[in-house]
Amino acid sequence: MIAVAAWGQMQREDGQAGTSGDGSTRRLGQLARFLPVGDTAFAVEFGSVIAPDINALVHRTAALLALAPPAGLIETVPTFRSLLVHYDPLVTSAEALQATLAALDLGETAGAAPARLWHLPVLYGGEAGPDLEEVARATGLSVPEVIAQHSGTTYRVYVQGFLPGFAYLGDLPAALDLPRLSVPRVRVPAGSVAIAQRMTGVYPLESPGGWRLIGNTPVRFFDPTLTPPTLFAPGDGVRFVPVDATEHERVRVAVDAGVFIPHHETLAGESA
Amino acid sequence: MSTLRILQPGPQTSVQDLGRRGFQAFGVPVCGALDPVALRLANALVGNAATDAALELRLAGPHFVVEDGSARIALAGASARIEVIADGETRAYPSWRAIDVPEGATVRIGALTQSGCAILAVAGGMDVPAVMGSRATDLKGRFGGVAGRALISGDMIPVSNADPSGPCLDLPHPPTLAFAGTLRVVLGPQAEAFTEAARATFLTAAYRVSREADRMGMRLDGPPLGFVTSADIVSDGIATGSIQVPGSGLPILLLADHQTIGGYAKIATVISADLPAAGRLLPGAELRFAAVSVAEAEAARRAQEQAVARLVASLAPVREGARIDTDALWRANLISGVVSAYETE
Repeated sequence: MIAVAAWGQMQREDGQAGTSGDGSTRRLGQLARFLPVGDTAFAVEFGSVIAPDINALVHRTAALLALAPPAGLIETVPTFRSLLVHYDPLVTSAEALQATLAALDLGETAGAAPARLWHLPVLYGGEAGPDLEEVARATGLSVPEVIAQHSGTTYRVYVQGFLPGFAYLGDLPAALDLPRLSVPRVRVPAGSVAIAQRMTGVYPLESPGGWRLIGNTPVRFFDPTLTPPTLFAPGDGVRFVPVDATEHERVRVAVDAGVFIPHHETLAGESA
Repeated sequence: MSTLRILQPGPQTSVQDLGRRGFQAFGVPVCGALDPVALRLANALVGNAATDAALELRLAGPHFVVEDGSARIALAGASARIEVIADGETRAYPSWRAIDVPEGATVRIGALTQSGCAILAVAGGMDVPAVMGSRATDLKGRFGGVAGRALISGDMIPVSNADPSGPCLDLPHPPTLAFAGTLRVVLGPQAEAFTEAARATFLTAAYRVSREADRMGMRLDGPPLGFVTSADIVSDGIATGSIQVPGSGLPILLLADHQTIGGYAKIATVISADLPAAGRLLPGAELRFAAVSVAEAEAARRAQEQAVARLVASLAPVREGARIDTDALWRANLISGVVSAYETE
């Protein structure tokens, strides 16, 4: 993990605020700063880097606001390190809402434990993963080693966004750390399993994309008719399971028939 | 219940409402009308609720037949010639008024002037299924509206039950649509990622809307903006109106269909009161940015709401003579009104 402190961590080290484990409160105003985003939103920024503890504070704040939304709050968008708060300027003001949020007690627990660990079947390489061999060349690994590294890691659902149901999964093993493609593809097929920098993810819909494609999963991640519309929730764990073409096709047919339920196990008590 | 049978769809006609709220955390964009003030005025003209779904037209309107009943329609947000062809007779109407269209009549809406987008409301609203609480079309996600796409020839669009009683309403003093040339912005959230010279350039230089402009955003041509380090940030949330700047240094003004999060630094956000004007801009339009505070932006929005409420309160029955002398009404519509929903100062 990149060793740059969260705003809250910096302040805690200064002895200004923070958790002490003795039941003292952790006010949001002491852990985050507010950034202006026009007159219908503002960002609550907990840090500048991707780290599970910062991300857990973001999701903790989102969950608390969902439980008891202040007047004028429309919705929040959790990201890696900040929470975008959308508000109605005809009902409240940034000043009033920020004062309410600053006083929010985030409590002792940084964030909810991951509820589920998902196992997703992936057909690696070939047409399903046209960049797999290039990834192996660029990283100096063999193709089986790339697959072993990618499928041998439990990822965290940090954020959903970019496309409906697209989940940013971290942290990708350092050995697979490559930049995005210099020229993004115009068309990335739905289900493509992709990597970029220290993240992996699956394209839920066909779209343009600049991540490197190493495989494909038939699992569906977004269904606008369901509540919630996405398979994952923030903090979930994800593991990719290599399968052969026959198994990939079997799952695809089951998904199309609406009878495939992705395998997952419940994770209990694990701290985020 | 009546139905619109689409003969010609227009360049990009889609079902839109005030947008899809509450699902951005799942990566689902808000979407909704580029000019939400036009949507509200069009809906008010036909007696709809502000939240009802209507058709958003880009550049030019559709041609359609009203079937299975009559329809009351109104166009707002741009000037356009609206022809209603019934029993072999063609009558022309302007925008900013309700028009009763008999069953079986053909409606032809021509090129939009003064704006790149307009709203056509039908009494009762477009009866397409709500997806995640909204009927807005998400063109990229391919859901909402009619099959998640812009209209095509042959589409049959149901209209909800409505029995518009009373006379057709007219907006006596439509808002002026002429672009004043400046969009007001709140600087941030990553203004400090740009050099001091870049921030000064952003607030003084003229930019031009490029050809790469759609419902998601518009790329602007002009002097490139420099970064202290780079354009890349750890992705954070995006609001409608945010101006992100990729490595090229050229700003992109993000509109209704913008992605929920993004990894480019954002120098500023266009204030909500100026978003309808931004949504109406056409490629080639020249614009400048002026910085205001958050409190000033909130006050501008409140003033705009009051202006919209005054416009809605000013709706009055179309004078009987006006329907006969449509040419006079057409000319009158080209003259800017004295009350503006779009200018608040």
